[in-house]
Amino acid sequence: MIQVNGDGMEWQDGLTVRGVLVYRNFRFPLLIITVNGELIQPKAYDTTLVPDEAEVQVIHLMSGG
Amino acid sequence: MTQFVFDPTKVMDIDFTKRTEYLEGLEAIKAAHKVLKEITFTPSLPDKGYNNRSLYVNVGTLEVKEKPVTQQMKDVFIGGRGFGLWHLWNAVKPTTRWNDPENEIIISPGPVAGITQYAGTGKSLVVSLSPQTDIPIDSNVGGYFGPLLKFSGFDALEIQGKSECDVIVFIDGQKGIIRIEEAPQDPVDSHVLAEVLTHMYAENQADMVNISVVCTGAAAEHSLVGMLNFSWWDLRRGCIRLKQAGRGGIGTVFRNKKIRAIVCRGPQVKGDLNHVADFETIAKTGIKYHKEIRTNDPYQCMMRRNGTAHIVEIMDAYDLLPTHNFQYGSHPDTHKIDSAYWQSRCTQKTVDGCWYGCSMACAKGADGLVVKTGPYKGHTVTVDGPEYENAAGLGSNCGVFDPDYLLELNFYCDTYGICTITYGTLCAFVMECYQRGILNKERTGGLDMTWGNAEDDLEMMHQMARGEGFGVIAGQGVKKMKELFIKNGWGDPQLINDIGMENKGLEYSQYLSKESLAQQGGYALTNKGPQHDEAWLIFMDMVNKQLPTFEAKAEALYYFPLFRTWFGLNGFCKLPWNDVVPSNNAQQPEAHKIPEHVQNYVDIFSATTGIKIDKDELIHQSAKVYNFQRVFNIRMGKGLRKDDHAPFRSLGPVTSEEYLSRQERYDKQIAEEMKLDPTAMTLEEKMAAHRSWRQGRYEQLTDAVYKRRGWTPNGVPTLERLKELGLDVFPEVVDVVKLHL
Ligand code: SF4
Repeated sequence: MIQVNGDGMEWQDGLTVRGVLVYRNFRFPLLIITVNGELIQPKAYDTTLVPDEAEVQVIHLMSGG
Repeated sequence: MTQFVFDPTKVMDIDFTKRTEYLEGLEAIKAAHKVLKEITFTPSLPDKGYNNRSLYVNVGTLEVKEKPVTQQMKDVFIGGRGFGLWHLWNAVKPTTRWNDPENEIIISPGPVAGITQYAGTGKSLVVSLSPQTDIPIDSNVGGYFGPLLKFSGFDALEIQGKSECDVIVFIDGQKGIIRIEEAPQDPVDSHVLAEVLTHMYAENQADMVNISVVCTGAAAEHSLVGMLNFSWWDLRRGCIRLKQAGRGGIGTVFRNKKIRAIVCRGPQVKGDLNHVADFETIAKTGIKYHKEIRTNDPYQCMMRRNGTAHIVEIMDAYDLLPTHNFQYGSHPDTHKIDSAYWQSRCTQKTVDGCWYGCSMACAKGADGLVVKTGPYKGHTVTVDGPEYENAAGLGSNCGVFDPDYLLELNFYCDTYGICTITYGTLCAFVMECYQRGILNKERTGGLDMTWGNAEDDLEMMHQMARGEGFGVIAGQGVKKMKELFIKNGWGDPQLINDIGMENKGLEYSQYLSKESLAQQGGYALTNKGPQHDEAWLIFMDMVNKQLPTFEAKAEALYYFPLFRTWFGLNGFCKLPWNDVVPSNNAQQPEAHKIPEHVQNYVDIFSATTGIKIDKDELIHQSAKVYNFQRVFNIRMGKGLRKDDHAPFRSLGPVTSEEYLSRQERYDKQIAEEMKLDPTAMTLEEKMAAHRSWRQGRYEQLTDAVYKRRGWTPNGVPTLERLKELGLDVFPEVVDVVKLHL
């Protein structure tokens, strides 16, 4: 189990940052993502593995409005 | 993530220079003009952003005069919305209503407006007493008028009085002439009128870009929801384009004064007409920003390709796209009106900025629309937009997912002078009332207002423009429709009040706020009413969970409304602030504020005016105007806690269908937040529990926000707060507040 913005999410082997975004349907382009406090650059979303028990923050910048 | 790669092969092949022309009767229209008053003035250019004078025109008495812009005005009110509110305060009494001659329309661009080195610097703020809310309304608009007015020599234009005949106010900033002309034969609707007047007042083809027309359309004469169009000449397309000061019915005030148009002819815009204090800093900041746009926009919001419509499918994905009168947040047909469609439908061969130098260039145009209904049936037109609000309001919120109809609704709103946001919300309300039997064909005079029936939706709009039938009732707006339907006994008063999405008399703009308490406050704990330009906190609150406590939400509802007020004091567009971000933004403290861009604004203000500020002073500048506006509302008999109540549809599920559509979410909240057992409750009990929990939280939020803003529990700025802000120098302001302490 991992935490994404404070909500629980099932963990599975090989889960990447991109996998978290797809699972949560986070489609917004202006994101700041940290995994256990470490900032992940957009180009690394496909390759960065999310470990079990991780604390993932997906901060959506405002845009809109 | 939703990143469509731009594919030029998908862009429709539409000739963007082809459209119906309306110049045939130009000479006769011009010949019928009669000069009622003409004065001369000495044109001037600003010094450090200010001309230090404003222009007063009374269309009733024909008085035209210059007024000084004092140091105190600049210190306290800065410009733009601040100047508008100050002029209006001095013009009206607490008993003044929107259609009294002393009500004014003030257009002011702000000290920074008109610089061409940074993106989004051509905005004007329009202020008036609103026919919908009876308090001051402010509306932010692009187009060239504001900067051209300033480069003619005036920091603001105050229009007062009521004419007996249709008039045009012409300000010639090249020749130094101001004329009030009777205009008996001029066309009424904006896309025709702005084209005719641009040709009439330009002295030659090259002069077209120096003309901007402010006008409205037929619906502004028969409704309370009229808006103002501000034009500019699109050189590449060879036609006029329009931007809208939409909210609150200022177009209705305009026509009530019998103004057909205000036309400004300014000087040729170039380099540094603002005569700023430090041009080098502005140029350097601009170059850095333009580079950021070029590099990052294709990978971020794609504003240059899609405009603000880029968020249609994003709002749908996050269950935030208002659907069927804000009942739901998504719809299976959203893909028909998403940004991929608009990218292919909007012309991509030209850069669309609504003021010189805007590299964000989001003012997309859909060319070649052949109109199917109404007085312009068969005409080929260019439609500005659709912006997100139009796609959501005229589209999903009314169940209209046919993009051609959506464009036609957008076109007619613009040319008839109807605010698209307001129309979307009022039509969605009408449609829901129709669906629930509050309205029927007999009551609508034969209109079938079933969800998605775009033809009858358009017919209602045509009626509004003709001043006929049910369109006239709809044109009174949601608040007055609610009162009428309840008075006529057409439905359950509580249901009608719950689903009518207005606060203070203004219709909600197009975001679903049910799951974001902070945004509920962002809408209703506002000065003018529920427009998202004060605060848009849905992601911070609902998705990021960055605002877990009432105090955190209150802090956001302190900072962002003040930060965003500042754009309107200076003539900035909000979009370049946060629709692109620097590549290293994520590494910055308080990344959600986009600190590098905030610093850009601080630098540009300082470099324009020569007055050094920092980011705290920026907020302080706004706080003065924001609190002054709150006191103004109180002076007009509103602006208290009772006026900040929100309709329940904005707070939570009103009907069983809404509840059942998101039952898992709502049941979970009952279990986790309310510590009740949903399995042991009936649907009615669960809905009642939600109502009391959500209303209770909204009241707690209100308490926290008022406290943070330095207001009493009744929403009145305290004397200490006025003193902190330096507003205690105005005895009248203090007197208003004292009555409520
Ligand atoms: S970002 Fe868009 S709306 Fe704002 S000034 Fe630029 S073109 Fe106009």
